[in-house]
Amino acid sequence: MTASSYHDLPLLKGPVWTWEVPVYFFTGGAAGAAAVLAAAAQLTRAGDDVVRDARWIAAAGAAVSGPLLVADLGRPDRFLYMLRVFKLQSPMSVGAWTVAVFGALTTTSVSADLVSRRTACPVKIVGDVSGILAGITGLVMATYTGVLLGATAIPVWKSHVRMLPVHFGASSLGSAVSLLELRGHRLPALNGLALGAAVFETLTGAAIEGRRDPESEPLRHGGTGRLTRLGGTLSGPVPLVLRLLGARKAAAASTLIGSLITRFAWVEAGKVSANDVGVAL
Amino acid sequence: MALSRDAGTTGFFTDSTLCIGCKACEVACKEWNDVPHDGFLWSGLSYDNTLGLGHSSWRHVKFVEHDTTIGVGGNSPAQMTWQFSSDVCKHCEHAGCLEACPTGSIIRTEFGGVYIQPDICNGCGYCVVTCPFGVVDRRPDDGRAFKCTFCYDRQKEGEQPACAKACPTESILFGKLDELERLADARIAKLHSAGMQDAAIWNPKDTSVGGTHAFFLIRGDSRQYNLPVNPEVPTTLLKPAWTAAAATAGIMAVGALLAFGLGGKPRRREEASRETLQNR
Repeated sequence: MTASSYHDLPLLKGPVWTWEVPVYFFTGGAAGAAAVLAAAAQLTRAGDDVVRDARWIAAAGAAVSGPLLVADLGRPDRFLYMLRVFKLQSPMSVGAWTVAVFGALTTTSVSADLVSRRTACPVKIVGDVSGILAGITGLVMATYTGVLLGATAIPVWKSHVRMLPVHFGASSLGSAVSLLELRGHRLPALNGLALGAAVFETLTGAAIEGRRDPESEPLRHGGTGRLTRLGGTLSGPVPLVLRLLGARKAAAASTLIGSLITRFAWVEAGKVSANDVGVAL
Repeated sequence: MALSRDAGTTGFFTDSTLCIGCKACEVACKEWNDVPHDGFLWSGLSYDNTLGLGHSSWRHVKFVEHDTTIGVGGNSPAQMTWQFSSDVCKHCEHAGCLEACPTGSIIRTEFGGVYIQPDICNGCGYCVVTCPFGVVDRRPDDGRAFKCTFCYDRQKEGEQPACAKACPTESILFGKLDELERLADARIAKLHSAGMQDAAIWNPKDTSVGGTHAFFLIRGDSRQYNLPVNPEVPTTLLKPAWTAAAATAGIMAVGALLAFGLGGKPRRREEASRETLQNR
């Protein structure tokens, strides 16, 4: 009896993460990209309204991201141990520090904005500086989760190590723009960015469909394949067509749902991939 | 990357040609380390009901079923042969779990072993997906990650690990890594000269893992032992991953600045923006 692995049992252990992690990938990514938009809008003087709303989206996203990450720990009471050391070679460590700094900066930016508008206290500059720094940190927030998944032993993740940070970044940007649009902003700049993200997500979906390697199987077959396809369709072609037809809010809603589903699809695909007998051998 | 091993580095040399499948190593490990049971299951796969390493199985005796072409020594051609092999954490030279651990809970001990400090681990689960051998696992009712400690406590007292101590056939040898490697080379030469040409050492020294401190003498295809041919430490993927992230960040920043800078006249946009806010 010759088997491809030991009694056809899988070699690897899949992620033990539950729903909190993919939801965080969505909220953290959207918050990060929102901070980038806020900083860009601030620097180009695109209007106080859009800067303020983007900052609030970033701060709110950061506020829910922390508790989600704590809840997913096996020992939530030890969440502060994440800041015990800083390890550049650990994407989880870089991520934990980024979330902490990002949370502080976004909270400062909205607080300073609130204070400066309601009192005579001259703290607008504090809000502006922390807003720019939050935008820089937001670039990491929007992309590092792709590094986190890519730099692992899970076949479907590591075989997409170059795609994941770009894919998650585009998904995050699409989500942040969509939230601003649903809030009522109609700047042409937002439509342009959303179109770019939708085009990119369409190309990503096509690239996934075009792959024939055994590592990519969970993205194209079974339940995780359907989830990947659904998330990709709602983030790529659907909002693309809706935007070209002028239905911006419908496109925004589709993008948000698609982005959330996409994150679930990747985490679940990782679980299937780890059980894929023989691929890791 | 510089190697972590030195003259004091200890290792496990597990010789599957000497293993009789008694599982004394599994029992000794559980007893010494107070590892809880992880379910009572009749797998139906040979006499293996442990099935793999996990949060509560730090030694695992594999019952590899070989076809008759491999056996020597008077086996009936009609029957398969058994190879037993006691698996354990590999204590990698470049350990994915250790690199990935965000709390610094996973450390390299003075004996060169990879050790999870249970008072530091917060159960983030990242070591689980960064181990290329599927060794580390999170214990659901406890929340922390567990694996073979290389009996760090015993080694500090000058004792050998419980599994090696309990092994009745010296299939599990513990000692200085350099010495064990010399012993293994001598053993392979002896087996080859006795006609057992399919005996080989599994120790992925030529991969990014850089070799393991627990290595194995096996017969036949290593994949039948769930020992990967070309394991990769995920740290090597950091460069392409962060490069892609940096490129994305750059495009996103420039794209956002360009979009807001060129995306229309500010006044018209402000009006449109205000108008829609009022209409909501």
